[in-house]
Amino acid sequence: MMQLVVRDEPLLHVDNLVVEYGLGNKTVHAVSGVSLHVARGETLGLVGESGCGKSTLGRAVLQLRRAKSGRVLFDGEDLTAMGGEALRRMRRRVQLIFQDPIASLNPRRRIGDIVAEPLIIAGVKDGTERKRRVHEVLAAVGLDPDLVAGRLPHEFSGGQCQRISIARSLVLNPEFIVCDEPVSALDVSIRAQILNLLEEMKARFGLTLLFIAHDLAVVKAVSDRVAVMYLGRLCEVGPSEQLFAKPAHPYTGLLLQAIPVPDPDVRPAESVATGEPPSPIAPPSGCRFRTRCPRADQRCSAEMPELREVAIGQFAACHHPLA
Amino acid sequence: MSTQLLTIEDVAVELPTPRGNLRAVDHVDLSLGAGRTLGIVGESGCGKTMLSRAILQLLPKKAKLSGRVMFDGQDLVRLAPASLRRLRARDLAVVFQDPMTSLNPVLTIGTQLMETIQEHLELDAPAARKRSIELLAAVGIPAPEQRLAQYPHQCSGGMRQRIAIAIALSCEPKLLIADEPTTALDVTIQAQILDLLAREQRRRHMAMIIITHDLGVVAGRADEVAVMYAGRVVERAPTQALFKRMHMPYTEALLAAIPKLETAPHTPLPAISGRPPDPTRPLRGCSFAPRCRYAAGACREAKPELKSAEMPDHLYACFHPIQMAEGIGA
Repeated sequence: MMQLVVRDEPLLHVDNLVVEYGLGNKTVHAVSGVSLHVARGETLGLVGESGCGKSTLGRAVLQLRRAKSGRVLFDGEDLTAMGGEALRRMRRRVQLIFQDPIASLNPRRRIGDIVAEPLIIAGVKDGTERKRRVHEVLAAVGLDPDLVAGRLPHEFSGGQCQRISIARSLVLNPEFIVCDEPVSALDVSIRAQILNLLEEMKARFGLTLLFIAHDLAVVKAVSDRVAVMYLGRLCEVGPSEQLFAKPAHPYTGLLLQAIPVPDPDVRPAESVATGEPPSPIAPPSGCRFRTRCPRADQRCSAEMPELREVAIGQFAACHHPLA
Repeated sequence: MSTQLLTIEDVAVELPTPRGNLRAVDHVDLSLGAGRTLGIVGESGCGKTMLSRAILQLLPKKAKLSGRVMFDGQDLVRLAPASLRRLRARDLAVVFQDPMTSLNPVLTIGTQLMETIQEHLELDAPAARKRSIELLAAVGIPAPEQRLAQYPHQCSGGMRQRIAIAIALSCEPKLLIADEPTTALDVTIQAQILDLLAREQRRRHMAMIIITHDLGVVAGRADEVAVMYAGRVVERAPTQALFKRMHMPYTEALLAAIPKLETAPHTPLPAISGRPPDPTRPLRGCSFAPRCRYAAGACREAKPELKSAEMPDHLYACFHPIQMAEGIGA
């Protein structure tokens, strides 16, 4: 029976996670009680504005930033309770792709060594085996291993560096990858190439992804489900199509309206979004979005809304959800 | 046309590099009427920023500029430094991409705003202060009086960009060049800043050039769009016409590569393969030919001229233009 339960469990389960930073004598409430899950083989998109805590959440999942409270269950095991060797072993199964593809590669090391590094850390001693794996992943991301392995990062464009980063994240055959804004630094034409590559790699290597981005259209292109984050909390989570067609949280609605549409017949809606996100040092009481929300009333400042199911599989944390 | 505020004729910019001369801008002609908005769209390295620097005469010292930049009846390329300085201050303003680096981090916002105003509008300190407060209020900064005493690092990115816009607008320019003004900002803040620019433009009857890599940014806001690739303008048309009947395969590919909200998840994006050509190694033929799905023999042999077809104001540089019936879907 235990076996069955474990199989049906999501690969990643984040339970009431709280992450805080100290800033002088103040506290930054970066992630305040977030719960979510990612099923095996699924891509969960995580969107929100800068400073909403989405990157911190991604890092806390990987234990690169330790949580104050809450749990991160990966394949049934609590990563927050792990340390040392156990965590290091677990890290082979979870990887990270960063936003800035050039800054995330050591400028003095050759591409072959950069991509082989995770294998060395994981204790793969056999040099020819390492070389074979490096070749395999470089070829998989569309680079010619013989041509690139001996070169340095500065010889490559941003898009190619992101391919190299992806190769590095794949070299240990991970099950789960956190992609933190992997295409925000790239040009439109290159962005499409990298998004397609990520989709291809996901299918080929059977990956599960947490895809963090601020661009909703980019997130929708690759995600099965999308979670919307605002100032350290989840506003809404649901299947991509449904969430974009019928957003329930006013913040999701606002984000959708703010996207510039490449069609001159669509007149931009004048000032859909007013104000800016408040500081995570002193987040508003009750619903954190209430200071910018056109629907906010007294209840919103008094009472924190919990995530409630508003449609099948779609959850929103709002006292006055959109119809 | 004499009614144009800005006319760029045959402008070319070359930068010497260790690998040879880099042709950043390759013989560009453009014009812009008073109160109009021109969007310049292209990917990094296509020369759009260098072109704007050529208009402002803010090119790197080593750069070689040729051609004419006629602004309000004067050729900026041949203008004496003192007159140029006066012109840049009063009639020609610019907002850069990164509001953190374009503001001086060690001066208060008040000092930076009032410096510009006092210098160029010849106002005394109290009048300049009053004007600064009005400007900050106009660009949507709450409690403007208190902001004057603050430093840039105490403001958010959106606030800093509003301040940069306030400084740019302070002398009532005739032309505002906004170089990727919202690229560093979040999507909700981006919408606010673009609204602000549009509102101030209408109010002041100011001409504006918006430089961006995002076709979505110019679609609803520019009167005319110029698409640049490898230093050249490859298509130029009134915005409506461009989006309805684009002729240049690059424009089509650029639009198709943008993820659309209407598209179902996991639909492969029509990516443009390869990348732009090395600007120090110009190609004999069309620069887009190596990445173009319509390219044929002639495209690799000769450069297509920028010319118009059925509509006189719709120009494109292509031997095999797309004959579009309907809009392209992704």
